[in-house]
Order: sequence, then structure tokens, then C-alpha cells
Amino acid sequence: MTDLILETRGLTKHYGGVHALTGADFSLTRGEHVAIMGDNGAGKSTFVRQITGVEKPTGGQIIFDGVEHTFQSPIEAREAGIETVFQTLALADDLDVPSNLFLGREKIRFNLGPFSILDKRAMKEAAMAALLKTGVKIPNIMNTIRNMSGGQRQCVAIARTAAFKSKLVIMDEPTAALGVQETAQVENIIRTLKEAGEPLILISHNMRQVFDLVDRIVVFRRGRIVANLRKEDTSGEDVVAYITGAKTGTEYQGAA
Amino acid sequence: MANTSHGIGGLTFDPKKRTRPPELNVLAALVLIIVAFEVLGRLFIGDSFLFNTRDNVDTLFNEQRLQIIILQVAIVGIIALGVTQVIITGGIDLSSGSIVGVTAMVTMSFAQVATVNGNPNPKAIFGPEWMDLPVIVPLVVGLACGLFAGLVNGLLIAYTKIPPFIATLGMMVAARGAAKWWSKGNPISFPTESYATIGKGMTPVVIFIVLAVLFHLIMTQTKYGKHCYAIGSNEPAARMSGINVDGHKVLVYTIAGALAALAAVVLSSKNLTAQAGMGVMYELDAIAMAVIGGVSLQGGRGSIIGTCLGALIFGVIISGFTFLKLDAYYQEMVKGVIIVGAVVLDQWRQTKRGRG
Repeated sequence: MTDLILETRGLTKHYGGVHALTGADFSLTRGEHVAIMGDNGAGKSTFVRQITGVEKPTGGQIIFDGVEHTFQSPIEAREAGIETVFQTLALADDLDVPSNLFLGREKIRFNLGPFSILDKRAMKEAAMAALLKTGVKIPNIMNTIRNMSGGQRQCVAIARTAAFKSKLVIMDEPTAALGVQETAQVENIIRTLKEAGEPLILISHNMRQVFDLVDRIVVFRRGRIVANLRKEDTSGEDVVAYITGAKTGTEYQGAA
Repeated sequence: MANTSHGIGGLTFDPKKRTRPPELNVLAALVLIIVAFEVLGRLFIGDSFLFNTRDNVDTLFNEQRLQIIILQVAIVGIIALGVTQVIITGGIDLSSGSIVGVTAMVTMSFAQVATVNGNPNPKAIFGPEWMDLPVIVPLVVGLACGLFAGLVNGLLIAYTKIPPFIATLGMMVAARGAAKWWSKGNPISFPTESYATIGKGMTPVVIFIVLAVLFHLIMTQTKYGKHCYAIGSNEPAARMSGINVDGHKVLVYTIAGALAALAAVVLSSKNLTAQAGMGVMYELDAIAMAVIGGVSLQGGRGSIIGTCLGALIFGVIISGFTFLKLDAYYQEMVKGVIIVGAVVLDQWRQTKRGRG
């Protein structure tokens, strides 16, 4: 058992002739919060899609929790303990909050195969408990998601990760579409995760947010990792320089 | 009564803000239409639509009319139960009417009597050893027909990824062809006594109500129902959440096929005959019932209760036009207007809610 929860070695993804991700060596220790930054098309989302099983990498290894994995689907990654809050919210608009939290892994009262009878009360109570951790305000969780604000939806999506014992949480621009207050709410949830010692990968364009929340910043540019910076040793200008390509980390010389 | 137990984060639940279940609107529409016919009846033909006006019968309501209304919609209603599930998952099923046709033909062939009034059955399809079979045989054969057709629909839609509209359109044409081919276009008649009891009297209504209750429970209380709504609401999200979307679609279309077959059994038993043209336009009537009942063609929204109310509206309108002694042509025109009107109202309600 190592201290690392996630490690990738030489992770590569090509879409035909497009090298979206090349030789990404990445590591994350238990309880650590890391931000992934980079311009649009730098390979951040591609990287996340490989480690969450949405796509299969062209090459390289993914070692999660000490075991090498080749995830065939997001479900397998989730079963291994990687919970992802996707940029496009993976919520069903016409269902209420508990149904969304337990989508695809419903609590069952009586097993009848596909016609298994749902344990609605248990799901509602567990949903309440998971949402309480997030501090979100929702007047009626039995309402459909359609009627909720962006922040409430985002908190529901995040609460999904809290409802199940996850070993790693990944958030892809969780506050991109949110207002000031809602952003603060989501950031508070991230802080609670930090206190609980849950590791997190945060993809964000928001420099203030990143410096507020995480321990380490990994910068992607043109499909490669170009910098791996401890928060204490860097500054916003520095990070921008790496993102735009004005500067490249010493150990990554010749990479980009 | 404010129910705070549903809220999170110190917010109290304001019951005034609760959205009205759409079924209430449908119910209101049903009542409104009945009242309209009642008023029109009293004004123009001096008769009551709803209440009993005959002196020799001692009842409050015109029970005969009510029975006819519900009997009229029961058989298409059975199909509509399946169509509702299909539409909720975001699909459409145009093949149910043709499945009724082919199933009725095949089923009736296995339900024939050997002798009619002492003579050999003039409409016999098979030899004498295939006559006078126990009622379970045509039932099983009929259900198998529907299950097969539904399964083909489901497999096409789930695995070749062609749009449900096209897949079921193909089945609609092909199944109608099969129905005509089966007996070279001849009707099949003279079912056994036991087969004929399936559709006798108000039995179709009983079958419809039992199925409606069953599927209402399935849609509201089981994983199957939840996944129907989830897929219709956001298919990529459902997939991402680990729901077996393809398998679920196969199941939904297979159930819809089986229900269409059941409707065919009831219909052919009630009519004591089967023809290749049976069930023409039933698919559209069934879709109309669902849509009038608030089932959204975009998927994700609707209920079995809504569809049942939609079916009643359908029946009341047909019955009301007959009652007002208006031509059948008007019925169809008004039916068309109501279907479009129901969708327009639904969309208008959605956009209003989206803004508010």
C-alpha cells in the first residue's frame, strides 16, 4: 500500500491523428487536493475522461489505490471508487433529488430483477443526510431537478459523491455556470471534503478559486503536463505563464 | 400544512409553491368536456348527457352511456398503457395497430371451433387436429406474437440506433403485411366458447383496469419505472449512471408489443372474428390518449393515471358527438384539434414554468 491514491504513467490519448494527450505522468496522494489548469483544448478534459473510464486511453497506465486498472466504462471507475462531477451535469431533469442521487444504484426493498421495488424512504433519508453535508439549501428535495437553480443542481451532483463512499472525487469546472453565492456554496463543499481527508482533482479556470482551495497545481498545455507546482512556491502570474507557454517547468523541458 | 421535512438547509417548504400535478389539469379538462356536453345536450336536443332521463330505469346516471364510453376506450387503452411507457423513455411506437392486426389473425386461427352448426368450420385455417384447443393455446400464441414484434422493435432501436419512429414505422408496415398474408386476406371467425368469454360484456374493462393498476405500480414503485423516466429525461446521464439503457429499451418495446397483443386477443374475442384490417389507426389513438393525458413526447414526463384520464377524455368526446347526433367526420376533425391542442398546452406550460 502506497501513499498514492492515483498515479498515471505515460497516459496517452490520440483521436485519429490528433494527439490530445501525450505521456501524462500524474500522481495524487491521499487527502491531497490538486487543481488541473490549462487553456481550452490543453488536454484537461481528455485526461479526466481517461481516468474516469469515459474513454479508453491509447497508451499508458492508470494505477488507482495501488492496483492497475483499465476501466471499460464510467461505471467500473465509479465502482472502483472514482466519483466524477461532469461539466455537463449528469442529472435527469424530470426526477426528484433522491432519485437523481441514486440513479443507477437504487436502494431496493424487494428484488424482482428489473421490476425490483424501490425503497423510497431509505433513499430519501440517505439523500437528506448526503445533502446536509453539502450545506445546500433546497426547499423541497422531492421536487424535480428541472425547477432548481444552477447552484442547487451542482450541489445535488456533488452530493452524489458524498452519498457513496468514494476514494477520489473529480470535479470538472464545478462553478463555471454559477453565481457568486452559489460558487461560494460549492467551494464550501470542497473545503468540507478537504477536512474529511478526501482527495480531489479540480479542473478550473478560476485562479482565485484554485489558490483558495488546493494544495498543488498541475498545468496542461497542448496535450502535455508542463508544470507541477506547490501552491506555496508559485503565484498567479507564474501559473498564467505556464498556461500560455511563456514558461515551461524545468523537469518538463522539451515537452512542449 | 407546511411540510418542512422535505427541505434542506433551513428552508421551509411552501405548499403554495408546489407545482400542481399535471394529472389534475387533465382531470379538470375531462370534467369541463363532460359539462360542455351536458350543457349542449340540454340546449340543443333537450336530453342529459350524464344523467338518466328514462323513467323506466331507476338510476341517477345514464349508466348505459358510461359503460359504452369506458368499453370503447378499454381496448385501445390497453395499447396506450404500453405506448405511455415507450413515450416516457423518449421513444414512439407506431407499430401497435399493426401488431393488433397480425396478432388477432394468428390468435384466432388457434381459437377456432371444429364444427359450426354441425357443419365443418367454413373459415378453418388449419386441419381438424388444430381445432377446439384449450383457451391457453391462442393466449400463449397471441402473446408470443406481440412479444416477438416488440422484441424486434426494441432490438432495432437499442442496437442499430435507428430512430424509434423509423423502426416502428417499418414494423407497422411489415406487421400489417403479415396480417394480410396469414389468411390471404380472408377473415377468420368462429372462436371457441372459452375464447369468446375473454371479450364478453365488460370483461375488457376489467382487464384494462387491472393492467392499468399493475403498470401504475410498476411505473411509480419499481426500478423499471424510475429508469424509464431517467432515460426519457436525460439519456446520456442515465447511461453515465450505469443504467443498462439498451437492455431497458428492449424491455420497454417488448412490453408495449405484449400489451398490443393482449388488446388484439380481447378485441378479436369481443368481435368473434379477426380481419387483416383490425387495429388500423389504433397506434395513433393510443398515442393521442397518452398525449392528451399529459405524457410529454420529449420523454421523461407523464403517468399511467394521466393516460387513463386521456383515454376517458377520448371516449367522452366520441360518445358526446354521437349523443349530439353529429357526423363521425366531425369527431375525427375535433380529435385532431384536441391532440394538437394538448401538445401546445403542455409546451406552453413548460416554457412558462421554465421562466418562472
